[in-house]
Amino acid sequence: MTTTTTELTGEPAAVPEAAPPPRRRRSGGLGSYIAVRFLLIFPTIFVLVTTVFFLMRTTGDPITAALGGRLGPAELAERVAAAGYDRPLFTQYLEYLGQLVRLDFGTTLSTNQPVTEVLADFGTATLELAFYALVVAFLVGIPLGRFAAYARDRWPDAVLRVFAILCYATPVFFAGMVLKLVFSSGLGWLPASGRASTRSEILIQTSVENPTGIYLIDAIKTGNGEVVQDVLEHAVLPAVALGLLTAGVFLRLVRTNVIGTLGMGYVEAARSRGVSERRLLRKHAYRPALIPIVTVIGLQVALLLGGAVLTETTFEWRGLGFQLSEYLQARDFVAVQGLVVLLAVVVAVTNFVVDVIAALIDPRVRY
Amino acid sequence: MSTERMAPVGPVVSIQDLSVTFATDAGRVVAVQDVSLEVRAGEVLAIVGESGSGKTVTARSILGLLPETATTRGAVLLTRKDGSSSHDVVTLGRSDLGDVRGRDAAMVFQEPSTALNPVYKVGWQIVEGLRAHGGYSRAEARAKAVDVLRRVGIPEPEKRIDHYPHQFSGGQKQRIVIAQALVLDPGVIIADEPTTALDVTVQAEILDLLRRCRDEFGTAIVLITHNMGVVADLADRVAVMYQGQLVEQADVRTLFSAPREEYTRQLLGSVPRLGQGLARTQERAAARPAGWASATPVVEARDLRIVYPGRLRKPDFTAVDGVSFAIRPGEVLGLVGESGSGKTTIGRAIAGLTKVTGGSLSVLGTEMNGVKEKRFRPVRERVGFVFQDPASSFNPLLTIAQAVAEPLVVHGRAKDAHEARGRVDELLEAVQLPRSFGDRFPHELSGGQRQRASLARALALGPELLIADEPTSALDVSVQARVLELFDELQRELGFACLFISHDLAVVDLLADRIAVLYRGQLVEEGTGAQVLGAPQHPYTQRLLASLPVPDPDEQAARRATWRQLT
Amino acid sequence: MATTATPTPTPARRRRGLPVVRQLRQAVGLQRGMLVAGLVLTGVFLLTAALADLLAPYGYNQLRDADGPFGAQQSPSGDHWLGTTVGGYDVLSRVIYGTRTALAVIVVAIVLSLFLGVLLGLLSGYFGGWLDRVLVVVCDAVYAFPTLLLAIVMAIVISGGQSSLWGGILAAAISITVIYIPQYFRVIRAETVRIKAEAYVESAKVIGASHWRIMTRHVLRNATRTLPLILTLNASEAILTLAGLGFLGFGIEPTAAAEWGFDLNRALSDVTSGIWWTSIFPGIAIVWVVLGLTLVGESLNDLADPRLRSRRAADAGETGEVTVVPGGPLGAGPAGLAGIEGAS
Repeated sequence: MTTTTTELTGEPAAVPEAAPPPRRRRSGGLGSYIAVRFLLIFPTIFVLVTTVFFLMRTTGDPITAALGGRLGPAELAERVAAAGYDRPLFTQYLEYLGQLVRLDFGTTLSTNQPVTEVLADFGTATLELAFYALVVAFLVGIPLGRFAAYARDRWPDAVLRVFAILCYATPVFFAGMVLKLVFSSGLGWLPASGRASTRSEILIQTSVENPTGIYLIDAIKTGNGEVVQDVLEHAVLPAVALGLLTAGVFLRLVRTNVIGTLGMGYVEAARSRGVSERRLLRKHAYRPALIPIVTVIGLQVALLLGGAVLTETTFEWRGLGFQLSEYLQARDFVAVQGLVVLLAVVVAVTNFVVDVIAALIDPRVRY
Repeated sequence: MSTERMAPVGPVVSIQDLSVTFATDAGRVVAVQDVSLEVRAGEVLAIVGESGSGKTVTARSILGLLPETATTRGAVLLTRKDGSSSHDVVTLGRSDLGDVRGRDAAMVFQEPSTALNPVYKVGWQIVEGLRAHGGYSRAEARAKAVDVLRRVGIPEPEKRIDHYPHQFSGGQKQRIVIAQALVLDPGVIIADEPTTALDVTVQAEILDLLRRCRDEFGTAIVLITHNMGVVADLADRVAVMYQGQLVEQADVRTLFSAPREEYTRQLLGSVPRLGQGLARTQERAAARPAGWASATPVVEARDLRIVYPGRLRKPDFTAVDGVSFAIRPGEVLGLVGESGSGKTTIGRAIAGLTKVTGGSLSVLGTEMNGVKEKRFRPVRERVGFVFQDPASSFNPLLTIAQAVAEPLVVHGRAKDAHEARGRVDELLEAVQLPRSFGDRFPHELSGGQRQRASLARALALGPELLIADEPTSALDVSVQARVLELFDELQRELGFACLFISHDLAVVDLLADRIAVLYRGQLVEEGTGAQVLGAPQHPYTQRLLASLPVPDPDEQAARRATWRQLT
Repeated sequence: MATTATPTPTPARRRRGLPVVRQLRQAVGLQRGMLVAGLVLTGVFLLTAALADLLAPYGYNQLRDADGPFGAQQSPSGDHWLGTTVGGYDVLSRVIYGTRTALAVIVVAIVLSLFLGVLLGLLSGYFGGWLDRVLVVVCDAVYAFPTLLLAIVMAIVISGGQSSLWGGILAAAISITVIYIPQYFRVIRAETVRIKAEAYVESAKVIGASHWRIMTRHVLRNATRTLPLILTLNASEAILTLAGLGFLGFGIEPTAAAEWGFDLNRALSDVTSGIWWTSIFPGIAIVWVVLGLTLVGESLNDLADPRLRSRRAADAGETGEVTVVPGGPLGAGPAGLAGIEGAS
């Protein structure tokens, strides 16, 4: 039925005559699918790690990139040799792979901090932002997409489609800046940047034991309503900026797929039995449309992460993306490489999880 | 739910002066024009016609199931089974339509696999119809669903109700679709080509089930079909449609024995019948030169095995399993089988499109087991191939002349399509297409015309062997008859050997010198038409033959009795 | 475009018409409106790029005129209709000259990625085998990766950060190329795999045509029919990526060329103090171009997909279209009307 599912179940046309072996309940079906899909994570990560490593090194070693011009040639050479960057590239590559297997993503040059520690310190902020944005995207994108499919080719559809394209056409940082201009410096309703006011941050740090790093949870733990409000107020603009970007994509995805399933024989069949149009849309067309949507939403994780980098920079939201642009400014390419590779792992794992979810809601894979 | 036949209380459906037009890119298209029809309670009315006759549009208008581009005029009166209410579907609004659909009239679709929602359990889908018409508790609805599944012949309905569509076979899916229609006890079921997507043996079962729907549930049936055999099997009355108009209406015996209209006579005359080929085959056999039987076969298969490797730990699929046969020069071998029997695979293997994995297959002296494309390429010049689907067998960007010239250009008989044009025109003439068609693009030709062009392309190099893979199964019967006739003429004239693949015994009988029957990858029977069709030995051949509905109501009734004994 | 321009016999061209013009004729109602709006926005963008020298009141790197320096963060006035930036440049001039940078990046990026992506996709899809599997894994990996991060890596590789006009444009274009090769690869490969199973390719095989002949005559031309719409969608993504790079400080030096993302980066601090003209105008320019290209792309996409075309009956000659969305593959199914006879 869908391109995505054919991709999952294998290449079509292997057996030209329509001769599917009788499909019976195979207990190992889902299990072996998950296993195979899990194994696919590794080549993906390997490809990205290798690509990034060799690309970054074609320009020279990171120490020269960061400190060239600031140190004399002799001192520079000494530092390069000390870090092992003068050895053959392939040796360094193997060593790097070894590091990665031990989950060592390198140590930043500028702050001399393991990248994994950067992840621990700032990852939660990015996670929190991504979560808010996804909430916005789901709340806006999915119902509106379904409605646009229903109102297809009539004026609400036209309005919604232009809205979706605008969401998608506006760079997330520009959307952020406009939001700031209007709601922060203009109307003064919401704070312009940061994850919380300094006062709230201090309160969280002093009164919460084992802070999670996710400010909303920590703020609730303080039991102080003002802190919770403060944290939420700070989250609104970044969440809307990043969420709308993704919402635009969700909207059109849902619209296209629901229009597709609305034209399928089984919807017509249900209509012929008197099922109401409303129920056709909400049940009969929506659920089958959901499977390809979930798969494609998985691919939006990449868009979301890329957008997060820009959103965090715009709103000084101190997460991984903000850190990344700091390292870029400092020309700390060890840190950049570490973070990029780390995010590659995140993307690969998220896509795996999403594919498993898609398989779980598709009975054709499940049984 | 009543089990006795209802007393006829007047028509359940009454169509009056129905006209339907569609808005298309090319302007307005009239699909149905001034059609008036009645369906009486408990009768089977067959609407027959070829593609574009408007039969499906007429049937769908009974349920108001036409797309928004359609404009409907006239009246479609639908009366509830108990006679309690009557509506004109054409004037009903959305919610009133919802009330009528399913309860007054229900629909059975052509493709059971697309008529069932893949992500919901079949039980849920049956209950959806009940829910739409209200008044049932959850448990009641489920009990009704189980009951109706049992009545349409799904074994273990209590368990199967919680299965998903893909866990059922094609025939079972169609039973479920019928159950969905039956559960609301409608006065009439509209069955749109309900058996076209199914194999012949399954078709017989579904037709039997539909007959029981009428007999046990007292449901009237509007049967839309192009298959005259199906009509003869099931219908009480027949309406013939042609180009949007009703040509003739009569009860089934009268229509088959004394058709009034010229079009009906033509239509009936086009239907291939078993036994027609007998005289022709004998004539040809008599004309064979001495020593023909010992001539080297063009194709010889010995213990041929073709296995498609399984992916991701799934078992391998054996499509062809130990098949042996031979095609001698100038001989037509008909290969018959249902879907999945391996018949197409054998054709593809002979053409070098599918790898032979075991045994031996010799094509014009070349062993195909382990052959390299380079070594086989010269042989390709001597083999022609006609594909099943005329819609996709031409490159949409090339003109017909360019496509027919391809083999000539590839094998160096002409420098380019332009230079080959003379020969191309000859070929087009040979397949009875006007020369000017050479400048057209494939989508500008009808299915039958494309299939002729396909034949011209296959014959361009004067092949010794032609493989025809279901060349007429996508065509209307009248078009099929003409293409088959052309095929027969060309074969006699040019004398090529031929492997003719089809699922239709009657078509194969018409053309083939010998018939081979495939069943699940194995050759179960082989012989002349007289042997295989006259005195089938293998139980599968017997069943296949008995399942094939013939276009004669009385003969078909007798055959049905035979079929019942066999199953 | 570059590949679709392979020598084609005139009758085929004449029949099918030029890509966009044909669709424009086909479109109705809302879809036509969207397509026309997109074409107008894109047209204005192209014209501005062509006539930048005439339209812009000042140079993109001009800081002063006869009356002395422009001054920084001047609000819109008669001299500077859209004000001046924090660096003292004229906003209007930089917005206008920015079209040139954007256009250059789009053209270079698309030409490069198109050639490589189509070639690899065609070979990989047609021949299959281990090379195909490796390429699929590589391209899927890159495809799933955030484009911006990859563009950053590429920008570091190519220019080490900042650079001159053509250095900067090339850096941005090549970064974008690397990201888009997998996209063209995926689309063309999928189409090739589909077309390879079509009866007309099999019939060419049965005839005995060589691989080269089948690939060029039968597969390539049918596989590239969806390219115009992927092109427009990718062009709009290229602008976003370029702007994103510029915003993160990987843009082109203001003295070398005008680049909207870079200007927005500089305007970030202005926003807090309520200075709106330095950010709004370059931002609108980006939205303008992306909106125009996306509208064109989406309309082409809708028209190519029988399910999405506005409800006039489907064209009988078109089969097996591919839906292209920035998000990735969508479910494809038969047309809603296909089951109804008489509709075609």
